[in-house]
Amino acid sequence: METKVNSACETCEHFNKEGLKKLGIQTDNFDFVVALAGNPNTGKSTVFNALTGLRQHTGNWPGKTVMRAEGGFEYNTNKYKLVDLPGTYSLLSTSEDEAAARDFILFGKPDVTIIVVDANRLERNLNLVLQILEITDKAVLCLNLMDEAKRNKVEIDVRTLSKDLGIPVVPASARFNKGIPELIQTVSEIASGQIVCKPHRIKNVPSNIEKAVRTLTAEIEKEFPNIPNSRWIAFRLLEGDKEIIKALKSGEFV
Amino acid sequence: MKKNNIDHIIELSNELRWQIGDEFHDNLTEGIYADAADIVKDTVKTSDSEKRFRLDAKIDKIVTSKYFGFPIMFLILGTVLWLTIVGANYPSSLLANLFLDTIHPWLRSGAESINMPWWLSGFLIDGVYLAVGWVIAVMLPPMAIFFPMFTLLEDFGYLPRVAFNLDALFNKSGAHGKQALTMSMGFGCNAAGVVATRIIDSPRERLIAIITNNFSLCNGRWPTQILIATIFIGAVVPESFSSIASLLAVIGIAVLGMAFMFGVSWALSKTVLKGEVSTFNLELPPYRPPRFWKTIYTSLIDRTLIVLWRAIVFAAPAGAVIWLISNLHIGDESIAAWLINGMDGFGFLIGLNGVILLAYIVAIPANEIVIPTILMLTVMVTGIGGGAGAGVMFELDSINATGDILKAGGWTLLTAINLMLFSLLHNPCSTTIYTIYKETNSVKWTTVASIMPVILGFIVCFLVAQIWRLF
Repeated sequence: METKVNSACETCEHFNKEGLKKLGIQTDNFDFVVALAGNPNTGKSTVFNALTGLRQHTGNWPGKTVMRAEGGFEYNTNKYKLVDLPGTYSLLSTSEDEAAARDFILFGKPDVTIIVVDANRLERNLNLVLQILEITDKAVLCLNLMDEAKRNKVEIDVRTLSKDLGIPVVPASARFNKGIPELIQTVSEIASGQIVCKPHRIKNVPSNIEKAVRTLTAEIEKEFPNIPNSRWIAFRLLEGDKEIIKALKSGEFV
Repeated sequence: MKKNNIDHIIELSNELRWQIGDEFHDNLTEGIYADAADIVKDTVKTSDSEKRFRLDAKIDKIVTSKYFGFPIMFLILGTVLWLTIVGANYPSSLLANLFLDTIHPWLRSGAESINMPWWLSGFLIDGVYLAVGWVIAVMLPPMAIFFPMFTLLEDFGYLPRVAFNLDALFNKSGAHGKQALTMSMGFGCNAAGVVATRIIDSPRERLIAIITNNFSLCNGRWPTQILIATIFIGAVVPESFSSIASLLAVIGIAVLGMAFMFGVSWALSKTVLKGEVSTFNLELPPYRPPRFWKTIYTSLIDRTLIVLWRAIVFAAPAGAVIWLISNLHIGDESIAAWLINGMDGFGFLIGLNGVILLAYIVAIPANEIVIPTILMLTVMVTGIGGGAGAGVMFELDSINATGDILKAGGWTLLTAINLMLFSLLHNPCSTTIYTIYKETNSVKWTTVASIMPVILGFIVCFLVAQIWRLF
């Protein structure tokens, strides 16, 4: 029934097929941590299964993954631990699933964050993407459900999108294993520092807020130079996020 | 020194928060959306405006419509259950033949030939083995039919539509609309349903969803309902209507469970868990043709086998316990007989009997094994089953044979109806209780969630029995 779809990439010289080993739930002694984030019902769990070789149940309804699932894969002798975060529309609210996703990206400091989006609903999905890009500068966008997008005659200029967002963009149809090799390759390049991202920063903010954010960001950077997400911390402080205040006091960012 | 700097940052942020005013959150969100729109403008082209969305919208218009929404829902649920009831019969008796008629005598003669002492072979073969064989024969076929069909529906994208249909009802009962999703999960497994309540933001509404999840008939209880309905409800109508009658009875129980869910949610939100209903966005995902074989495979591995394994793990010691209490005597009577006689009075009051109550106590770890336990205990009490001996499960040749045994044990239509009601309304299984404790971190709410359904069950069964006996 299932015909194995051979992606062109699997035969490409840049992708080392022999170097890939799906490790299932073995996640000990990993070299890199990879987080998997995205809106509900974009196929995160399908991507997770494709990467790890696990068969976690996937369902066609939002909010299926509430537990954090973990799995692993090995590529070119590096072991990656993959963490499937609960799907959320945003990271700004107080519900437990959003807090779990937010805290993992912020405090778990994943080496790479894969953001899975539905190519058919890019605009709505970008809300979460732009928030994540404020938190981490090591991310790749997985433009999933490209097969549906194609059928719906949605065309996406991947190059421009990648330029606008400042991170690599990989089109994929995880259900049919398309784009997964490219995704793995990109993840490995971000993890090893071969690709350096310059993520998009939220621009359309009223000037009075922008001024406040700048002032605060400057102070935060004085205290913690080299952190990628001073602006996000400033946003959260202005929001009055108690977890962030607690984390600042205990020095969890250092 | 460092401490001071951080305090300074926090103070500064407090000050700035005053300056920029309350609109910050909304401004930021608007800013993000404006950025998103800018990016999409340059990168996404949609031509031939979204053909498939229109087909999706058309289907949605029907399945979520005011008039057709509910009938379609019941029709789908009915079809799934009907196929389960009709389809499970044959493989069930086949498995029973294999495990109980073929392997069991073979094991016994094997035990005899190596001179195993009677109590050891009784304990292992008549207790543990038979209970396990029973559970597999009774549970595997309905699960292997029900779960894949349910999973196909899930993958197709139907569940969010159910949530959409039920949203208004949940809203009226003061609960969160997303509870419809956790309720649907509960139809598979209550423990999973309780974990799924994490998608509900407000702690108040989440507690309501946790406490009432048990009213979703879980897969451990579907087979009980289906079996009892087939034996008793199906038997009181002419044969050509029997499967439709038992089907309606099972749906009736499931719907009653939903009614209790709304009622109890409403009562909780008006009393101990008062508060506003929060709003939320429910995205209706596109319909996706399920990947048939993959879905069948995962639902067999993830659900059927896991649930079956759990049942076996619990059934084995339960079989041992049943054999022991049937064979250990206090005075003239076995422990089981003492317990059953002791509870018969109360059992009669609520239209059940001592056997059923004892079976529920033995089966507290897992709902799945209630029916086998009841049958084993009934056989023991009525003394039918030939030379099998105390605490030995008899063979399930057919559903009719099961019915005969139960009728010989003094069962009536009332007993059957009340068993179905009680199977809906009793404490959650031990796994669910433990999950509730882990999710709420509160002994108080765990106790409420565990005890409240039993009390409701007693009250409902009592009322039904009294009214029944009036006529």
